Amino acid sequence: MSDSHETKTAAPVQTHDEHPVDFNAYARRCGFIFVGILCAIGLMLWISYLPGHTWALKSALILVVAAFNAFVVAGFLMHLLSEKKMIYTVLGFTVFFVAGLFVLTIYAMHDFPTGTQMH
Amino acid sequence: MEIPYTVEARPDTGIYNAKVGIWLFLASEVMLFGGLFSAYVLLRVGAEPGTWPHGWQNVTLGTINTIVLALSAITTLLAWVACKVGQFGKFKFFHACTLLFALAFAVIHLNEYHEDLTHYEIHLTNGLIADGHMVENNLKEDYVIIEGRTVNDEKLLYDLRSQKVEESEIKIPRSEIKDMESYGPWHNTYMALDFTMTGLHLLHVVAGSVVIGYLWLFGRKMWETDPARFTNRVEVSGLFWHFVDLVWIFLFPVLYLT
Amino acid sequence: MDATVQQFPPYRKEDAPHAHDEHGHEHHKPGFWSGYVFSTDHKIIGIQYGFTALCFMLFGLFLMLLMRWQIAHPGMPVPIFGPLLEKILGQPAAKGIISPDLYNSFGAMHGTIMIFLGIVPLAFAAFGNYVVPLMIGAVDMAFPRVNMASYQAYFLGGLVMFISFFIPGGAAQAGWTSYSPLATSIPTHGQLFWIIGMVLLITSSLLGAVNFIATIIQLRAPGMTWLRMPFFVWAQFVTAFILLLAFPPLEAAAVMQLMDNAAHTSFFLPTGLAVGGNLAHISGGGSPLLWQHLFWFLGHPEVYVLILPAMGIVTEIIANNTRKPIWGYKSLVYAVLAVGFLSFIVWAHHMYLTGMGTKISTFFQATTMIISIPSVIILTCLFISLWGGSIRFNTPMLFALAFLPMFGIGGLTGLPLGFNISDIHLHDTYYVIAHFHYVVAPGTIFALFAGIYYWFPKMTGRKMNEFWGRVHFWCSLIFMNLVFMPMFAQGMAGMLRRMADGGANYSAAVNARGGAEVIGGLSDNIMALHVWILWAAVALGVAQIPFIINLFWSIKHGEKVGDNPWNSTTIEWQTPTPPPHGNFTREIKVYRGPYEYSVPGHATDFTPQNEPPSGSPAPTVATAH
Repeated sequence: MSDSHETKTAAPVQTHDEHPVDFNAYARRCGFIFVGILCAIGLMLWISYLPGHTWALKSALILVVAAFNAFVVAGFLMHLLSEKKMIYTVLGFTVFFVAGLFVLTIYAMHDFPTGTQMH
Repeated sequence: MEIPYTVEARPDTGIYNAKVGIWLFLASEVMLFGGLFSAYVLLRVGAEPGTWPHGWQNVTLGTINTIVLALSAITTLLAWVACKVGQFGKFKFFHACTLLFALAFAVIHLNEYHEDLTHYEIHLTNGLIADGHMVENNLKEDYVIIEGRTVNDEKLLYDLRSQKVEESEIKIPRSEIKDMESYGPWHNTYMALDFTMTGLHLLHVVAGSVVIGYLWLFGRKMWETDPARFTNRVEVSGLFWHFVDLVWIFLFPVLYLT
Repeated sequence: MDATVQQFPPYRKEDAPHAHDEHGHEHHKPGFWSGYVFSTDHKIIGIQYGFTALCFMLFGLFLMLLMRWQIAHPGMPVPIFGPLLEKILGQPAAKGIISPDLYNSFGAMHGTIMIFLGIVPLAFAAFGNYVVPLMIGAVDMAFPRVNMASYQAYFLGGLVMFISFFIPGGAAQAGWTSYSPLATSIPTHGQLFWIIGMVLLITSSLLGAVNFIATIIQLRAPGMTWLRMPFFVWAQFVTAFILLLAFPPLEAAAVMQLMDNAAHTSFFLPTGLAVGGNLAHISGGGSPLLWQHLFWFLGHPEVYVLILPAMGIVTEIIANNTRKPIWGYKSLVYAVLAVGFLSFIVWAHHMYLTGMGTKISTFFQATTMIISIPSVIILTCLFISLWGGSIRFNTPMLFALAFLPMFGIGGLTGLPLGFNISDIHLHDTYYVIAHFHYVVAPGTIFALFAGIYYWFPKMTGRKMNEFWGRVHFWCSLIFMNLVFMPMFAQGMAGMLRRMADGGANYSAAVNARGGAEVIGGLSDNIMALHVWILWAAVALGVAQIPFIINLFWSIKHGEKVGDNPWNSTTIEWQTPTPPPHGNFTREIKVYRGPYEYSVPGHATDFTPQNEPPSGSPAPTVATAH
């Protein structure tokens, strides 16, 4: 194949933007992130085993912690926090549609014509 | 003929092609698992009060799996960083860890499936219900032995978190068995959701492992000719792997803890 | 490397003088298998999709003819094809008569095949693959091997669907909508085949959607800004997004239905379900409505997948054959974006009769009405574009023009269905069938015919025969209307869908008491329409024969034309014919919008997008082609 690009050397090309990459700094950051994830897991376990609360309340709290956990993974490990606007836009629409799927479906199955609900 | 922006970023979007591609694909995966989660919410909210199981899963194993997957997410990121700084040996090390963690996850999870499939709910002719793990089910013998308990109300089998379960070995003659069903996906909607959601997730774990394994085994050639392109491939496959971890971050609390 | 200018090879070495002396280019002449079967070139893949889709559409047409026979003459053996059916299918077609179960499988598969194996692959994948990269000045799709994989997944899915006819128990019989619990209770593995086929087809669409979006975002030629893209590309862009985000919930639902069928779960099976009079041995606790919600979450955006590429094709052809810019280009763009967005939140208008309460029904009714606004904007822009145009009535234009009123009828008849009050009367009747067929058949399919006649010269270097094109057009137009217009009357009279006996059980004739007509029964006049529709359908089928012959004959014997026979402004015509691997033989730089026709003071009545403004230097290294 008569490719016209130059053969790259083994030295990495910084294909995106930024500043030169320091492996050890990254590894240290990863350590903090991992500790954060462990804390989130521990917190969820603790909430789950709390006596005397409704499952609805506990589920809601656990999901909040899970959302935070997801934010950490997505934001830092997938570096979504430093991603470009286009990706954000796509994900924004996705979140809107998935929310619509949840909310509208559940609402639809709990809205009854007046006087027809059995219990 | 060369397709532009496979390696270098397009100036106005700031991204290279494969990254656009993988994020689009991940958006569709959000919708896929979102569909399953919406099914979960709907079926749980619509279930008869008191019939939704709690505590049916092994929380210890689930927690271990969560930690294992989180570790694999970290090693995935570090494998990519290693490529960025030009250290192929480190890349090999970290992705070897990723693959081992993936294997551990799969093994633990398959074990959990096995536990579910060997756990039986046996309706007896006298109206009682025996529930426990099958210890002996020799078809030549006229009895089965389970490690579990007997209850008189099926409702007691649902919420395991609110009871202390005393288990013992119980021998049941086959003549006393009305019917017997394992805790497979057919058992109730909770197990159906559990098997389906974790099963689909496990398929994604396998798929991700195949891709990462391929890069790990056969990556040296591209690393030597086009390291930037190889780094991008590692990044893109890493993004998929992180998504797989993300799904588990929600699956674990939803199925194990709530 | 200059990051702002795409790096193209300046020309193909083969085009340079004495190039044939050079050799050693492995890509020069691929063999049959890698060139035509396992190709990663978007044009070949587009043709593969197109050919396969047209074959499936012909098959779907045939299924329809069999069904129309049964409806018009219930219980009578099918002429000519009856013995053949009996030979192939055995008991379900005993004595050449279509049994009710067989009718149901034809109905379910006609819908599935036409939508997922016919229109979507043709409108989105075939036309999109061939034309979009050319229109934006790209060398190929962003991910050529993923492109090949998406075709292969489609092919496999189609194969699975086709094979399902021949298994014991026959093909899927629960409608293209595959509602549970019926879909789980029917004693045939055809339902399993259907689900597996759907998973493959969904995979194919998802891969294709990712490819299209990435290509349009990343591979536009320099100067091709978003608002200089031809509207066809915008339409395909929105269609790809709809596919990307709407299909996965159906895939999730399909996996769950698969589990219901194969693993005896009860995702969609309610407690207390009885099949054939006996309590089903299932855990229960499931929800049939859940399937409906997840299905229609895709099902509604799917219909926009069917129509948007067609609107794109019609726009291109109208601009080209009126020799003037499209009126309201920006409105079109915003409207198509709005349609794409809104299409995700209207789905439950397919479920008005499931017992939903008034609040949620009102919500969906409101969004359904709102989405008609951008649809009408698109149609209006196209109509206004005709005003003052210098119209050329060639075959593509005839089809494109007919699209407008036909889609208008289809769209307008959707309004009573969108209102939940009138839908109470019309839901699941022939009115619905007439409505959606008007939109898809004389709507989308006409646009696809237009596209085939229009882009044929770019693929082959020859035009299709004009006379037979007109025969095809007029016959199709007349017979389409004769087939579907009476169905509005039948639907309003209360004739329900999916009745294997054509409604005979409900007809006044069968139910007359002492000679008096039963109120609510289907009158003789309404029932008599069946025979007319059958003849019109047969004629419609026959009318496609000149098209098929024309298509193949013109490849070798059509009138030879140059690279830009329609004198179009869009840059897919700026390639050699047929476009080579890599598409363009010179660097593409875009200077203007897509519809610069009849610009005052210009020597020609069209200016291609990539033609340098007079006084500017031409882009480097143009070949004398």
